Amino acid sequence: MTTLTLQALEMSYPGTGVAAVKGLDLVVESGTLTALLGPSGSGKTTTMKLIAGLLRADRGDIRLGERSIRDLPPERRGVAMVFQSPLLFPHLTVAGNIGFGLRMRGLAPDDIAHRVQSMLSRVRLDGFGPRRPAALSGGQQQRAALARALILAPDLLLLDEPLSGLDPSLRDEMRGLIRELQRETGITTLVVTHDQAEAVTLSDRIALLLDGRLAQHGPPEDFYRRPASGTVARFFGGVNFLSGQVRAGVFHGPIGPLQLSEHVPDGDGTLTIRPEALRLGPGPNAHMAKVAGLTFLGTQTRVDLLIAGTALQMLAAPDQVAGLRAGAEILVSLPPDALWLLPRPPA
Amino acid sequence: MHPRLRLLAALALAGWLVLPFLPLAVWSVAHGWRFPDLWPRALSGKAWGYALSDTAGVLDSFALTVFIALSTTVLAALVGIPAGRALGLYRFRGKGLVTALLLAPAILPGLAIVFGLHGIFLRLGLVGTTGGVILAHLIPVLPYMTLVMAAVFSAFDTGYEDQARSLGASPAQVFRHVTLPAILPGLLAGALFAFLISWSQYLLTLAIGGGRVQTLPLVLYSFAASGRNDITGAIALLYILPGLLILVVTSRWITGRSAAVVGTLRP
Repeated sequence: MTTLTLQALEMSYPGTGVAAVKGLDLVVESGTLTALLGPSGSGKTTTMKLIAGLLRADRGDIRLGERSIRDLPPERRGVAMVFQSPLLFPHLTVAGNIGFGLRMRGLAPDDIAHRVQSMLSRVRLDGFGPRRPAALSGGQQQRAALARALILAPDLLLLDEPLSGLDPSLRDEMRGLIRELQRETGITTLVVTHDQAEAVTLSDRIALLLDGRLAQHGPPEDFYRRPASGTVARFFGGVNFLSGQVRAGVFHGPIGPLQLSEHVPDGDGTLTIRPEALRLGPGPNAHMAKVAGLTFLGTQTRVDLLIAGTALQMLAAPDQVAGLRAGAEILVSLPPDALWLLPRPPA
Repeated sequence: MHPRLRLLAALALAGWLVLPFLPLAVWSVAHGWRFPDLWPRALSGKAWGYALSDTAGVLDSFALTVFIALSTTVLAALVGIPAGRALGLYRFRGKGLVTALLLAPAILPGLAIVFGLHGIFLRLGLVGTTGGVILAHLIPVLPYMTLVMAAVFSAFDTGYEDQARSLGASPAQVFRHVTLPAILPGLLAGALFAFLISWSQYLLTLAIGGGRVQTLPLVLYSFAASGRNDITGAIALLYILPGLLILVVTSRWITGRSAAVVGTLRP
């Protein structure tokens, strides 16, 4: 049960002169499973290595609970990390690998064997203890690597892209196992990933890192419904952006007036709506739209619309738009509770 | 290949390896073996008896040679492991120059440097000492050790070390429990090279030892020069003993499997 606090964390790689992490503030609440999400080059891997102690911060602080771990060597931080590739030691058995950390702590062999046995069954590797890592499948190796970190009951568990190396069929299984073990143990867990789907489905909270800074931090739904900026919205598949002015709770933009559900102070602003939130047919904020194109995506159909000359995108169930043809004129509504005015940058 | 052909090839190879030793073996037990004779007139264990006696000093010399070769090997490993790691894992300014300098002793003929070296060692008071001979042996040994370790480390994933530290291992524990097991097959190969190179040094030992450090090759040469073929044969057989032992042992050891080091000296 330990909160991880990053405070004004800064680091640049020697010789580059460009900061990879630029004054990062982040509080990972105790006992949560948080995803540190970001595209490549966003500084998430650097941040992870700073927390694990594999890199040194130039400035700022890293705290676990009350204690600063910034200047501690990796082995004394209470942070266990599972790397993207399982990195099981090839000269040890699976049981030897899982018991590695306990052996380094000097526990009695009997005690280690006992704990390894129970850990093996928790990651569903009963009977695999005496085998060599090479005899395990990719998924089994990943589970053994997870067990090897969890058995230490660390204050913080770091998982680096835990699902990306796995076949799609194994991903659900691993995701379920991570969730289950994290809930059982209550270990504060930070999952580093570039995959927003992985972040959304795996974690309680997401910390989105863009260009070395925290762009948004909160529950996964917020990133869809209440993105902190246009960049965040785009990263999560947002495509519809309208600029205009708010006057008395009504947004006046290129497609006409739109009623807002929440009170927003008057002024300029950018409005966004998820493509899957647009509705066919009558409703509040209904406008006539011209169908510019249809793209079948499998589970959904993308409908490109033109409302008063402004392009908007809608995602709908294929059945719903089965009769539509390009060039048709249809009524489309934009539900007020799906409209989100992007926070204005501070003046 | 045809089985019979393969057998023939194996026999030819075995003959090629064993043939040079046959005259040595015969000589060592010959008693009077002069030119036109195909076979000695009589056999005798006298040469062996003398070679293994206290008065000949051959056994002392054997022990001294083992000590020098082992010391050279250990020192070469102590320098070669970190040096090989730096060369195998990291890029740094002047790496090409460092590699060339490391290789130089392996390329330059020993005879060319031995006089200069003698002068330096003389000034340092190392001539005629066992320590001086060990230091001199390091010159041809270190390049091999370092290059073998560089090859080993270039195939080593340091992620294993990071992983071990994040599991609570101190740097010393990481080396003992993760790095060492991974590099061990390569390290053994390098150590065997080192041992044999030191074992077979003649010129450097003669020059730096100044006649006071009598290793086996020096003893062997002095008996050969004195014309006692029987004793020379016995000592020569003693002299090739470690090489043969190593050949037998390595065929099993060095092929050890370690996925952390891939592609090093696999059959």
